[in-house]
Amino acid sequence: MAAASTLAMYAFPRRLGAETAKLKVGVLLPRSGLQALIGQSCQRGADVAPELLRQRLGVDIELMNADTESNVDTARSRAERLIEQGAQVLVGAFDSGHTAAIAQVAEQRGVPHIVNIAAAPQITEQGYKFVFRNFPPAPEIGRNGLVLLGDIFRESKVAPKTAVFMHVNDTFGQAMAKGVAALLPKLSLPFKVVDTIPYDPAAKDLTVEVSRAKATNAELLLLVCRLNDAIVLRREMVKQRWSPMGVVSPGSPGLYEEQFSKGLGKYGDNCISNTVWFNPKNQITHDFAAAFKKRFPKDEFAFHGINASYTFDAVLIAADAFKRARSTDPKALAEAIRQTNIPATDRVSFGGPIKFNAKGQVDGNRSVVIQNLRGKPTVVLPAELAEGKLVFPMPKVS
Amino acid sequence: MPALPYVANAVISGTLTGIVYGLMALGLSAIFGVVRQVNFAHGELMTLAMYGAVGAFQGLALDPFLTMIAAAMVFGVFGYVLQRAFLNRFIHRPEHLRMLLMIALAIIIGNGLLLAFGPDARSVQTSYQLDSFELGPLLVDKVRVYAAIAAVVATALLAAFFRLTLTGKAIRACADNPIGARVAGLPVAHLYAVTFGLGAASVAVAGCAMVQLIDVTPGLGPGYTLLAFVIVIVGGLGSMVGALLGGLAIGVSEALAGLLITPSAKSMVSFGLLVVLLLVRPQGLMGPGRR
Repeated sequence: MAAASTLAMYAFPRRLGAETAKLKVGVLLPRSGLQALIGQSCQRGADVAPELLRQRLGVDIELMNADTESNVDTARSRAERLIEQGAQVLVGAFDSGHTAAIAQVAEQRGVPHIVNIAAAPQITEQGYKFVFRNFPPAPEIGRNGLVLLGDIFRESKVAPKTAVFMHVNDTFGQAMAKGVAALLPKLSLPFKVVDTIPYDPAAKDLTVEVSRAKATNAELLLLVCRLNDAIVLRREMVKQRWSPMGVVSPGSPGLYEEQFSKGLGKYGDNCISNTVWFNPKNQITHDFAAAFKKRFPKDEFAFHGINASYTFDAVLIAADAFKRARSTDPKALAEAIRQTNIPATDRVSFGGPIKFNAKGQVDGNRSVVIQNLRGKPTVVLPAELAEGKLVFPMPKVS
Repeated sequence: MPALPYVANAVISGTLTGIVYGLMALGLSAIFGVVRQVNFAHGELMTLAMYGAVGAFQGLALDPFLTMIAAAMVFGVFGYVLQRAFLNRFIHRPEHLRMLLMIALAIIIGNGLLLAFGPDARSVQTSYQLDSFELGPLLVDKVRVYAAIAAVVATALLAAFFRLTLTGKAIRACADNPIGARVAGLPVAHLYAVTFGLGAASVAVAGCAMVQLIDVTPGLGPGYTLLAFVIVIVGGLGSMVGALLGGLAIGVSEALAGLLITPSAKSMVSFGLLVVLLLVRPQGLMGPGRR
């Protein structure tokens, strides 16, 4: 019955009454500072949402944008301010540390917070009633990413015996590191991790870190990174002529970003990210990509796919709940979000239906293998979504 | 324990980076040694120079190592005018006011860069940027070698200026005894401005060297101001040789700590070095008494 009403709602969108004219969505993202590029990429997804959701769901959304400046304290204070200014739902904020701070504010103030991207598990482990996340927690990303490693080895018929694990030393990186350390022994992968090297995400120079990794003679680099550090690290690998069999992220940003490919040219190619992605087969993805291209004609959608898709989906969840709740009351909205049931075919990001469990977490978000081929992130696995052929081992740096 | 070539590579890399750090800190040390002005905008000046180098590369296809000469002249004049027309007016004000003034200048430069260029990281991509010299088992980063050579040349020129020219000697007289210099009729305001100009010029050269080692963002300044402070305090405030030694000490210790302990310990080691030095030799490696 519930599924039928959900399907009916998507099939026959109609306008809400005047009593619930517009939903004010506070969008918190790091649009300046260290994570500015990714924050701006996420923002594009939010910017496209109001018009597209008006067409699809018949609801009006007003975005209230706030810049967290890549800073936890700023994230917290901006969330407070958005609520003071009338935001009825918060969306954000890409960084796990920022998101955790915003979640605290949202819970204290009783305003729903829909996490677009943030992987630290604790965000939905606090017993919060107003915090919802349609993004896999780090252990799930790690597990999905590591499982896909096995698929890469099977597909290429090549398997490394040793790996070095490098990760950013921040909330997200540490959560991923714990997840990887816990999961690796259970997954029967062919390699052994010979060293784990955490590094400062704000590092301007990673000479020593790369030297140390190279000194292990590992055949594979497992990398949990962000954008700027990924560029610095890859450059340093080229300088030090370190050519492992593969540079694979088991589920972090960085390697598939536009700046990575443009900044590194041919050296950015063949790096692999096993990551959450958008579902290119869904009609809503085509509509979203078209709206994105119209709004940002100079931008290549693929480079913003994950950031923009998950941010769009977060606003979609808010709009869908608003439509069903027929109210902007935060408690009614939170209750409606809890009852969300968006079919897998009506979301942009890749995964099953969007349904929140008792902790406010969506299960069943899936990952794909993305490889940079000719300067563009390309799905190479699973086969049903593949747009290009896997290159593994990656050619040596010349 | 990594194999010897890796340790040697780390030491060489740390040494080369430390020399560039030293040049960057040299300007701070010279300005403090003579003008007694703690330049909290030092990192921002370097960032400004880095943006200049990026602009020259993108607009005129000028290699940053060639841009250095023009940047040194432009920043020299800028520093001179800044000190002569503006900072000299505050020279007799309380220290905390002068400190706040420089912090304000730093914030203005940082935010001005953010307004002008946005938050994106910018870089130059020369044909040799990712090349290395191969010396047996050692791989030495070509850009670091060039940057260190430029830093050594700039330092030597600065030292020669202070040792061999009349103006340089007058500046040193000012640094040793400002009141005596005034009594002797030296144009102290002009000499302060020349010193600030030289400090700005050296940081501009360092910026042009650094832009090939790291990407530039508007928020880069404070971190490098702090690093320059650590270096000059380790080396000895006001000592040119000390600044270079401090740069080397920080560069090499960070590299070795990163390789032999853990990369996360890099900053901990440099600040640990600072704390130990402040305990056992508060005046720094080459502070007063050993110059």
